[in-house]
Amino acid sequence: MSTSQIEIQLIAAIVAAACAIPGVFLVLRKMSLISDAISHSILPGIVLGFFITHSLTSPLNILLATLTGILTVIIVEIIQKTGLVKEDTAIGLVFPAMFSIGVILIALNANDVHLDIDAVLLGELAFAPFDRFIIRTTDLGPKSLWVMGGILLISLLLLVIFFKELKVSTFDSGLAAAMGFAPSIMHYGLMSVASITTVGAFDAVGAVLVVALMIAPAATIYLLTDNLKKLIFGSVVVGIIAAIAGYWLAHFLDASIAGAITTVLGVIFLITYLLAPKNGLIATFYKQKQQRKEVMLITFLLHLKNHKEEEERLVSHLSDHINWHEVKALSVLELASKNNFITIHNGIIDLSEKGNEFTSLAVQYITDNEKSRIETMKKEWFLFRA
Amino acid sequence: MNSYLELLFSDYTLQVITLGTVILGAICGVLGSFAVLRKQSLLGDAISHAALPGIVLAFLWTGTKNPLVILLGALVSGIIGSFWIRGIVKRTHLKSDTALGLILSLFFGFGMLLLTHVQKMPNANQAGLDKYLFGQAATLLKSDVYLLIIVLGLSLLVLFTFWKELKVMLFDVDFTKTLGFNIRFLDILITSFIVIAIVLGLQTVGVVLMSAMLLAPAAAARQWTNKLSLMITLGAVFGGFSGFLGTAISASTHNLSTGPVIVLVASFFVLISFIFSPTRGILFKEVRKQKNRKALKLFKTLGLMFEIAKTHDDITHPHAIRILNDFQGYSKSALQELEEQKLIKVKGQMWSMTREGYNKAAKLFNQPLNN
Repeated sequence: MSTSQIEIQLIAAIVAAACAIPGVFLVLRKMSLISDAISHSILPGIVLGFFITHSLTSPLNILLATLTGILTVIIVEIIQKTGLVKEDTAIGLVFPAMFSIGVILIALNANDVHLDIDAVLLGELAFAPFDRFIIRTTDLGPKSLWVMGGILLISLLLLVIFFKELKVSTFDSGLAAAMGFAPSIMHYGLMSVASITTVGAFDAVGAVLVVALMIAPAATIYLLTDNLKKLIFGSVVVGIIAAIAGYWLAHFLDASIAGAITTVLGVIFLITYLLAPKNGLIATFYKQKQQRKEVMLITFLLHLKNHKEEEERLVSHLSDHINWHEVKALSVLELASKNNFITIHNGIIDLSEKGNEFTSLAVQYITDNEKSRIETMKKEWFLFRA
Repeated sequence: MNSYLELLFSDYTLQVITLGTVILGAICGVLGSFAVLRKQSLLGDAISHAALPGIVLAFLWTGTKNPLVILLGALVSGIIGSFWIRGIVKRTHLKSDTALGLILSLFFGFGMLLLTHVQKMPNANQAGLDKYLFGQAATLLKSDVYLLIIVLGLSLLVLFTFWKELKVMLFDVDFTKTLGFNIRFLDILITSFIVIAIVLGLQTVGVVLMSAMLLAPAAAARQWTNKLSLMITLGAVFGGFSGFLGTAISASTHNLSTGPVIVLVASFFVLISFIFSPTRGILFKEVRKQKNRKALKLFKTLGLMFEIAKTHDDITHPHAIRILNDFQGYSKSALQELEEQKLIKVKGQMWSMTREGYNKAAKLFNQPLNN
C-alpha cells in the first residue's frame, strides 16, 4: 500500500464515522430525508463559495454551504407550517429547486468554474490526497483529512456533552421540553451538525452518497438493537468497515470509490434485512407463521371446549367443521397433541386437563379484552417447545 | 423569447424538444397529483435514483444504447426499488423516510459504481449514459415524443376507466376496501404508472431533478382547488407550461441545460400558488387574519362599552373615553369604525352608545353556548 492509498482509506473511514453519528439521530427522529435535502441544496452555497475563494475546502466555503443547508431546513419547516402541502412534499419541492439553482450557476459561469458536475454527485475521493494542507513548508497531510477529522471531533464532543439531552428529545420531545431541554435547540443543533458533516463529506463522496453514509449504517444496526449507545457505536463501525471494504472493491473494479462504499453498505444492509435475528425478513416470516398457527390452535381448542358432541370432534371431519385445509388441520392437531392439550381415542378428540385449563385462561383473556396477555401465556405454557 | 418563438416555427429539432417537454410536464402533472395526494411525494425521488443501476445493467447486458432497452432496465430497477421500500416499511420497524433514503442512496451508489466501471471499459459505445444523471432534453427524438404521447394516452385511459375507484382510494382507503375494490391492484396500477412517468423523464430532466418534475405541478395545482378532476387538469397545465417555458428559456440562453430550468419554472409556479391562491394562499390568508383580528378588536371594545352602559338606566348616557383605557379595550381607529357603523356616538372626550349598538352588543355576548 502506498501512502496515498492509506490516506484515502483513512479519509473514507473518518467521513463514514462522521456521517454515521448524526445519521443515527436522523433515522430515529424520522428525518432521514432531511439529509437528502441538505446534501442536494448545499450546492448553490458551495458554488457561491467557490466563486469567492476558488477553493472547495476553504473555511468560508464550508460556512456558506452549511448556512445554505440550515436555510433549506428552515424553508422546509416554513412550508410545512403553512400547511399548504404535506411534510414530505415540502422537502421534495425545496431541494430540487436549490439544486437547480446550483447547476445553473455552474452552467452560467462554466468558464471560470472548474467544478465538474459529475464530481458534485459523486465526489472524488481518489483525488483527495492531492490537496495538501501545508503550513510554511511542512506537509501536514491531505486537507480533507483535517477538515473531516475536525468535524468528527466536534460532533463526538457534542455527542458526549449532550448525550442525555439528545436521547430524551429524540424519544420524547414533550418530556424533554418539560425537563427544560428546549427541543428546538436540540433540533437545530442536530441540523447544524448534519449540515456541516454533509458539507465536509460532500467533497469526498458527493451529494447522494452522503445520504447513504448517514442513513444506511444507522438503519442496518437499528434492525439489530434498540440500545442507543450500541446503535451509535455499531453504526460507526459499519460505516468504517464499508469505507475500507468499498475502497478495495473500487480498486479491484477500477470504479468510483464512493459508489463502491455505498454498494458495500447496501450488501451489509441486505444481509441484515434478511437475517437479523429479531427484525429480519426471515425471522418476521417465521414469527408471523408461528402466530398464525397459535391463533389456529386457540380456535381449535375453543372449538373442542364448546362442543361436547362426538361428531364435532372427529379427526376425520376436522377440516369440515372448522373450515381448514386438511394439511393445516393436521399440523394444528399435531401441535396440540405435542403440547398434551388433547387426547385422541378412536379418532375422537378430547381436551386433556392441561388443555382445558389453557383454553379457559385464553377465553378469559379474550373476553376481558386483554389479548396481549396471551403472549405471556405462550411462554408459561412452553408452546412450541414441548 | 421572441427569437425563440420564431425559431420554434422554423426549427424542427426545437419543435420536437418542446413538444416532448410539454407532454412530459403534462404526464407528470397528472400522475404527480396522485403522488402528492397519497403522501408519496418522495417516492418519485427514490424511484428515479433507483432506476440508475437498471439503466447501466441494461446497457451492460445488451451492449446497445437503444432507448427502449435502457428505459426497460430503468423500469425494472425502479419497480424493484419501489417494492423493496414497501417491504422495508411493512416488515421491519424502519419508517418510510428511512426506507426511501436507503433505497435512494444505495441503488444510486450501486448504479454509480456500475457507471464508473462501464466508463472505464475499452468500449466507446458507452459514452452518453451519464446523460441520464442530469438529463438532456436536446437528445429527445421523434420516437421519444411518440412514446410520451402513448404513455399520456394510456394514463388518461386508465384514469377514465378507474376514475371512481382511484378517487375513492385517494381519500378513504378503508371505505374503498369495504366497497370491495381491489386496493392492491389499484395501488400497483398507479405506482407502476408513476414509475413509468419517472423513467420517461430521466432522459429529459435527469435522476436528481425528476422528483420535482413530478411534485411541483401537482403541488401548485393543489392550491387552487379542492376538486380532484380540476386539480389533475391544472397539474397537467402547469406541468405543460413549465416544460414549454423551461425549454424556451434554456434555448434562448447560451449554455443552460433544460432540466434545471424546467424545475425552476415549476418551482416558481408553486411559489406563486402558495402566495396568491385565493382560498389557501398565504397572502389572502393573512388578509383574512387581519380582518378577523380587527373585527374581534371592535367587538371587544363594543363589549366593554356594553358592560359600562349596562350599569346606567339610560343606556345612551355619555361616558368619558378615558375610562375605556383601564381595560385596554379601545383604539382611536376602533372608535371611529364603531361610530361609522352608527353603533356609538362620539362627542369631544365622551362617547355614548346608540340603541342599535346596545342591542347588537347584547346579542353578541348573550348567545346561548350550545348553539
